[in-house]
Amino acid sequence: MLVGLIVSWPAVAVGALISLVFGFLWVRDVTGDVRGEPAAASPPEPPPEPVLLAEPEDEPAAYPRSKFLELSTLGLGGVITGIVALPILGFAVLPPFINQELDPVDLGPLDNFPEGTWMETTYLSNPREGEVSRRTAYIRNNGDLEPGVPSFTLISNRCVHLGCPVSASGPRSDQSKTIETKVGELKLTEVTPAAFSCPCHGGAYDTEGNRTAGPPVHALDRYVFSIKDERLYLGLPYSVAFVKGEGAQAKIKRYPHSGPGQHVDGFEAWLYPIVPSQVSS
Amino acid sequence: MAIPSRKKKQGKILTLVMIPLDWLEERSGIVGGVKYFLFRKVPRDTSWWHTLGSATLTAFLVQATTGVVLAMYYKPHPDTAYESIERITNDITLGWLVRGMHKWGASVFIILMFLHMGRVFLFGAYKYPRELNWIVGVLILVLGMLEGFAGYLLPWDQTAYWASVVGINLNGTAPFLGPFLAWFLQGGAEIGSNTLTIFYAMHMLLIPGALIGLILLHLYLVVRLGVSSPPWSDVAAGRPRPTVTSNGRAGLVNPAPRSGKAK
Repeated sequence: MLVGLIVSWPAVAVGALISLVFGFLWVRDVTGDVRGEPAAASPPEPPPEPVLLAEPEDEPAAYPRSKFLELSTLGLGGVITGIVALPILGFAVLPPFINQELDPVDLGPLDNFPEGTWMETTYLSNPREGEVSRRTAYIRNNGDLEPGVPSFTLISNRCVHLGCPVSASGPRSDQSKTIETKVGELKLTEVTPAAFSCPCHGGAYDTEGNRTAGPPVHALDRYVFSIKDERLYLGLPYSVAFVKGEGAQAKIKRYPHSGPGQHVDGFEAWLYPIVPSQVSS
Repeated sequence: MAIPSRKKKQGKILTLVMIPLDWLEERSGIVGGVKYFLFRKVPRDTSWWHTLGSATLTAFLVQATTGVVLAMYYKPHPDTAYESIERITNDITLGWLVRGMHKWGASVFIILMFLHMGRVFLFGAYKYPRELNWIVGVLILVLGMLEGFAGYLLPWDQTAYWASVVGINLNGTAPFLGPFLAWFLQGGAEIGSNTLTIFYAMHMLLIPGALIGLILLHLYLVVRLGVSSPPWSDVAAGRPRPTVTSNGRAGLVNPAPRSGKAK
């Protein structure tokens, strides 16, 4: 029924039917052992009260009315509780995992990303949420991989230790460029990092995002990119264990986007067989 | 002449107090209940150490009261949360005091819980028949710390934000379900405005509700089992365990088989 709320109304009807049928079956089930063989609807005389006196063989064929009422009250109460509680539970648990996919972020014209320079780019990852969704990515135009095939490196600034923001260690331009795209304000600052480093617990990464020191468990996360009408778009994030090579020649295995501190390779990755980014929609 | 008139006055006041109390008692028995709760017998050698529990309860009540008042002026939205806290602290009459009580009282509550726990441990007051109350107390301790974790985000300043980011991601590193717990706490794939309201609801409604229930259970067990005497007491603490019953079961529940039928 809950799935139906997301999918369509016919599915809700099917779900409701299923829950009703199974609710009935369940009530029948829990009352089954006291009903025993099908009892007469109304015994001609009130059943005796042989609780203390009767021999075990003398079990009455009919079951006491009070027992039936007790169990049907419990059963009905259970069904009602279920009907009420399930949607509430669904609302409490499901929303964080549904409708989480974000649109690619328009990062403005390609001219803003000169070849070989790093641009610290802050943007709104979710314009509907506003400033609270402002995120930072370090973006470098690697030039063409082969003629006509552009290459960009888009590194997330979220430290993969516990999620603090890494910064570019190195000279930083005084001039920031603010541009306006249809998803809000974008700020571009030229940086020349020798490394990326995290202020919280001392995690350090090289310019490809590989861990060089500190507690991080793998390389920095990256984003896929796309280019449309000479504009750069930032797409979905993915996790990276290790980057071989650099720039346009880098060889990267993509792992499902995992939270900070969660291993993506090695035996420790067995601890995280499924991460939410694989099952959310 | 003055003395009888004063006596008369006193008698009048006594009647005025007693009439409503009698009315209540007749209909609810509440006066007797309160008397039963407040005038329990306790071991004669209880000491100041035994007051840590009620001190913790007092700290909780201070948190609850100040929290309710703070909620009247706090605005749980990323754009307004910090601003409203600033307003409470700087502009609203006595806001600085109430917020200060809530902020520092949070630490007092946690510290007192640990002191109370240490007292119970060192006095051996967790032993039979009070094990269940120890378990309830540990749940209260865990919920109390969760309450602190959730409340820490609410000022929505840099410390609060990044401490919560780190805290949520720490939860996320728990095996198997950890990543899902982190998404649940964040209210999505990333920390955002949902995170603030989720933490607000947890801090305001979910955890305090659970805490109040557990505290009542804790108190019920204290009243039911009585206060234990300290280890150096001459009076033996605790009570004898139930003996084995005739049918071989050592239990209080259903000690003898019903209707003579053994199962």
